[in-house]
Amino acid sequence: MSDTRALLSVSELEAWYGESHILHGVTFDVRPGEVVTLLGRNGVGKTTTLKAIMGIIEKRTGSVRFEGKELIELPSDAIARRGIAFCPEERGIFASLDVKENLLLPLQVRPGGLDLDRIFELFPNLRERLGSQGTKLSGGEQQMLAIGRILRTGARLLLLDEPTEGLAPVIIEQIGRTIGTLKAQGFTILLVEQNFRFAATVADRYYVMEHGHVVDHFAAAELEANTEKLHDYLGV
Amino acid sequence: MERVLEPPILAHRRETAWSLGVAFAVTVALLIVAPFVIYPIFLMKALCFALFACAFNLLIGYVGLVSFGHALFFGWASYLTAHAAKVWGLPPELAIVIGTATAAVLGLVAGGLAIRRQGIYFAMITLALAQMMFFFALQAKFTGGEDGIQGVPRGRLFGIFDLNGEMTMYLFVLVVVLASLLLIYRIINSPFGEVLMAIRENEQRAVSLGYKVERYKLVAFVLSATLAGLAGSLKALVFQLASLTDVHWTMSGDVLLMTLLGGLGTVFGPVVGAFLVVAMQSYLAPFGQWVLVIQGAIFVVCVLAFRRGIVGELAHALRVRL
Amino acid sequence: MFEIFGIPSQALFGQLLLGLINGSFYALLSLGLAVIFGMLNIINFAHGAQYMMGAFAAYLLLQHAGIGYWEALVVAPIVVGATGVLVERLLLKHLRKLDPLYGLLLTFGLAIVIEGLFRNSYGSSGLPYQVPESLRGGHNLGFMFLPNYRAWVIVLSLAVCLATWFAIERTRLGSYLRAATENPVLVRAFGINVPRMVTLTYGFGVGLAALAGVMAAPIYNVSPQMGSDLIIVVFAVVVIGGMGSIMGAILTGFTLGIVEGLTKVFFPEASNTVIFVIMAIVLLIRPAGFFGRTA
Repeated sequence: MSDTRALLSVSELEAWYGESHILHGVTFDVRPGEVVTLLGRNGVGKTTTLKAIMGIIEKRTGSVRFEGKELIELPSDAIARRGIAFCPEERGIFASLDVKENLLLPLQVRPGGLDLDRIFELFPNLRERLGSQGTKLSGGEQQMLAIGRILRTGARLLLLDEPTEGLAPVIIEQIGRTIGTLKAQGFTILLVEQNFRFAATVADRYYVMEHGHVVDHFAAAELEANTEKLHDYLGV
Repeated sequence: MERVLEPPILAHRRETAWSLGVAFAVTVALLIVAPFVIYPIFLMKALCFALFACAFNLLIGYVGLVSFGHALFFGWASYLTAHAAKVWGLPPELAIVIGTATAAVLGLVAGGLAIRRQGIYFAMITLALAQMMFFFALQAKFTGGEDGIQGVPRGRLFGIFDLNGEMTMYLFVLVVVLASLLLIYRIINSPFGEVLMAIRENEQRAVSLGYKVERYKLVAFVLSATLAGLAGSLKALVFQLASLTDVHWTMSGDVLLMTLLGGLGTVFGPVVGAFLVVAMQSYLAPFGQWVLVIQGAIFVVCVLAFRRGIVGELAHALRVRL
Repeated sequence: MFEIFGIPSQALFGQLLLGLINGSFYALLSLGLAVIFGMLNIINFAHGAQYMMGAFAAYLLLQHAGIGYWEALVVAPIVVGATGVLVERLLLKHLRKLDPLYGLLLTFGLAIVIEGLFRNSYGSSGLPYQVPESLRGGHNLGFMFLPNYRAWVIVLSLAVCLATWFAIERTRLGSYLRAATENPVLVRAFGINVPRMVTLTYGFGVGLAALAGVMAAPIYNVSPQMGSDLIIVVFAVVVIGGMGSIMGAILTGFTLGIVEGLTKVFFPEASNTVIFVIMAIVLLIRPAGFFGRTA
């Protein structure tokens, strides 16, 4: 299970929200340069998995190895500084900050992050809205801001939680293209998605989760053959 | 997030009510014997503060509202009772009624203002209101300013019992305080009390269930203020004095300490806390300012490591209600 | 000398000046409380005691080390701020996951301890602290006499308040503070050491209180209880202004100081209580406070 080629190696990860035992032993890995998607119904623990990797959920056991080093005991700021960045489902745009401050907020943890100009190339709208209060942006713009700001950090592993949720098809396409561009530049992405049609356009591999652990695994090429099985898992 | 106190062990209510009965019986027995061993005046002081603390606990322990201004009710009831007995020459039972009624009215007004805000703001508002009334007491003529109202006559209770006799006075105070404790117990265990605790557990849910939460809080506040006033009225007669100390914010701090130390949300905690703090203050009186330092230190220690308080820890260890 | 509403201008402007001075302290202290509340979600009841420690620091620095007012303005806030850092690290940190009222209780206990300790060592009566040489005397403006030190206090408070506001609302460092106030968990996930920021913010708020204390030393006598009565008024100021906004705290502080001063001219008996009365009124018509968000 522990793949030495893996950038991120999660093993028997368990996590609790207060008294609720959400993750019952999640195991998977992500190799450098891949886009891996966690699929599953609402409530199976996909977001919790990302949060547990990031250290946002403190009550956790098991093993999370990034670039060979163990993260399970570390607080979230230390994990971020190791080179992982998190884009939350609710986007987390700060209302008391303007767009520029939001963009500049995450710490630069490694050299090689995208500078502002490159980020504006990906998301031209942001340049025009620099002085606006963060939450005055539309949903799509906020999503771009949320993704854009973590690109500056130099983190090589990006955790994206439902980036397309609630967005118009045009924006979703733009995000898909962005992910493609990022992948071409060597970023590794762990994606959580309910919209598996979108995931199909970007992902290299899929893990399916149910009841707090991983129950199945496909590569992109195997997707066609397993569509029915997937529909069962996702209840669509 | 841990609320201001951990809830009393509700699950075992019926089964362990016996522990309350036992504790009550023990308390009564001790208090009947006590005046033969300990100075009655010390006991009476402790009893008054025990009532004060129990009244305070009604608000903080069962509704979850921390008032920093309860001295307002305690002190002003004390002033009114003193004035009624001394200047208007009323018999003690009427003087006490007047004092207590004053506290009730003040409770209604203060509560009406303070309930509008939650948590920390509520605490600050109660503190500020009490301070306002402190300045009023400082400047008003009838309170006697710095001197207070001295030489308050104890009089004859119902025209029969001469309260100048120490034992008579003691018995009177004891009966009133015990009756009040029983009253508080009844309040907590009534449907009204259940709603209060539901509000403390999860206010949103109580609102969605249709309860007029603000009104319940206000009633609880007024009840708490009234009983605190009763304690102040008794105290005025016991010491035959009403003074500025009774309305100063340090008095609010004292009752908070007693309740915290004894055990928030327990029935007997405030009683134990009151006796301990009164004893400590008497014992350490020659050490001047160290009393303050020690009290403050106890606060800090209790908040950090001893949030259940003495009786709370005991109840938790024995798995009973106390 | 002329008269307004039957009050000689000297008296009127004299009281207004006093009101502005009080307002300066109200503003500085409620600013500190607001900053601490924003980050830590606790009401720092010890703020008054820390203000007092600032005044005592100035006094002790002069008595024992010959360090004068100007240096004390810098040294005292740093020293007292450092004690604040210790308090946060050793005590408050343990309360972070609990109901914020525990923080209030703990700082309350702390305030009592600090005041008690100082009372033990220095008694209850005030200790004198001289106005620094360069600020003695004053100017006759015709309608009133303006003491130099008083003018300095007002100017310095305004400067510190505005500088703090600017630092928080307009700088990069301030953006970290604002973000952490809004969503500390996410800010930490961006690699920022939020716990350390919290500690330093508390230290800064305490330092502000101490600075006010140094400024107060030459005006009021340095005494152990100088903080406790003041802090309760500041609480009322904070309820009136609402704790959501830095500028709100500053404006409310200065305004209420002036209102208090004016009240002293026209209704002297009410001057002690006017701020509390205003608080009661504000609670009736606008419970969130003037600048506050609904709690």
